[in-house]
Amino acid sequence: MALSKVVGTETEYGITVRNQAEFNPVLASSTVINSYRGGTARIQWSFDEESPGRDARGFGYEEAFPIELETGLVNVVLTNGARLYVDHAHPEYSTPECASPRQAALYDKAGERIMAQAVAAARTLMPPEERMFVHKNNSDGKGNSYGAHENYLIARRIPFGEVVRHFTSFLVTRQIYTGAGKVGSENGRDPATFQLTQRGDFFEEEVGLETTLKRPIVNTRDEPHADASKYRRLHVIIGDANLSEIQTYLKLGTAMLFLDALEDEALPEPILLADPVNSVWRTSHDLTLQQTLELDRGGTMTPLEAQWQYLEWLTKYVNASDAGDRYGDVLTLWETVLTDLEVDPLSLADRLDWVAKYRLLLGYRDRDELEWDDPKLRLLDLQYHDVDPERGLYHRLVASGRMQRLFTDDEVSEATTLAPEDTRAYFRGECVARFGDALVAANWDSLVFDTGEASLKRVPMMEPLRGSKELVSDLLDRCEDPAALIRALGGEDG
Amino acid sequence: MAEQERKQTRPSGDSETAEETVDTVDQGEEITERIDDLLDEIDSVLEENAEEFVKNYVQKGGE
Repeated sequence: MALSKVVGTETEYGITVRNQAEFNPVLASSTVINSYRGGTARIQWSFDEESPGRDARGFGYEEAFPIELETGLVNVVLTNGARLYVDHAHPEYSTPECASPRQAALYDKAGERIMAQAVAAARTLMPPEERMFVHKNNSDGKGNSYGAHENYLIARRIPFGEVVRHFTSFLVTRQIYTGAGKVGSENGRDPATFQLTQRGDFFEEEVGLETTLKRPIVNTRDEPHADASKYRRLHVIIGDANLSEIQTYLKLGTAMLFLDALEDEALPEPILLADPVNSVWRTSHDLTLQQTLELDRGGTMTPLEAQWQYLEWLTKYVNASDAGDRYGDVLTLWETVLTDLEVDPLSLADRLDWVAKYRLLLGYRDRDELEWDDPKLRLLDLQYHDVDPERGLYHRLVASGRMQRLFTDDEVSEATTLAPEDTRAYFRGECVARFGDALVAANWDSLVFDTGEASLKRVPMMEPLRGSKELVSDLLDRCEDPAALIRALGGEDG
Repeated sequence: MAEQERKQTRPSGDSETAEETVDTVDQGEEITERIDDLLDEIDSVLEENAEEFVKNYVQKGGE
């Protein structure tokens, strides 16, 4: 039986300031993160040594060594269990651990809201002529890309080679419904007027550890942030950051379902592409969705045909197991999207970012008689991703009812402050909210408290599904201060 | 189920240019009208000096 999947996203945002003499992206990113006032407390994220994993039940405590905090880098944990920080020269948001694709899509959207609020606050600290822009995109159009990563908790027992063998072609061909669209091409790829994805031009290897150069289709980073004997965190770097809620949901849901089927050994022999790396950008560049990809054993397939095949396999898998309950309407949505891609891709302008953007660009080209290399089209491409609710073109489409949504504003707003209830993010977020003053540091798999005693107390959280509301809310309610919490954890551990 | 109902992939044809793709949309005029409304709205929020803005938009790689 497949593991209950835990899922989350990490998104690096593009940042620029207009009319600033010496724009420094690291400084600007720090200003954004420091300006966010949504959290009640500012708890430092820590990078101390990997947790020992002594307590696989998730909740004991141990004496902690004083932690060497990173200085100069802004890195905080929020009451919704998320991490908000500066990575390289970008503001970045990592969702808390989520238990379903829908929940992860919600917390991904909450990250945009948090970023927009942070930018609004940062602007009040800047001279009026300096104008800050933050974009949820993945490329500057000049050969520089930054990531939108997905993380899936999978069983350690699955040989990594099997993940690569099965998952590669799925990742290559899913671009037809995961792309956020881009004007032009980069990184030495063939010229393109418009393409399906922001990132397709940047993948140069089939498998590897790198994320910043020679990017691989399947990334081998192995940092489970959980009990490493049981879990692997599959770090997927080949996606675009999506503004469309439906698209994020579809992207995460299909991948989770695929990985469940893989764990249950329910997938037939995989579709193997003859040239996966070149198939990535070729798929991204093909607006007709008709171009065929060569298969390893001879013959060809279009990305759409491959995705129909995956849908068929996973439908069979869901029908034969009880996995369906976890995935809501992912299969139905997937089928609808593939059908629409086949019959009339432009009909997806209210659901997929690349189509929404493409329709907008076609409209401008038509009305203003613009060539594809016109800067105005590149500006429209860029501004589609602006997190500012007034300026961002995605947000304008939503406001005028042209983009379907999954969530209400209230749901998104709540997710900016309250953690998911089904994972250890609940315990983390609640501890930040209740005991923030005593929380010295936090990371994915532990919290460190200063309860006023001689030593710091560390609470390891090696099980991502422990620490849920169901398991810990009574405990938290019984503890009026962190010292009581530590005592209670010690007592319960015996 | 999905696999039985799906249509065959269209044979490849004249899907080359953008304008043609738009023209294949059935309710041509109505759609055009709605797109025009949308473009008017977007005109009001679109940044000025597109060329300068796009030229200066340079990011450091990340990840």
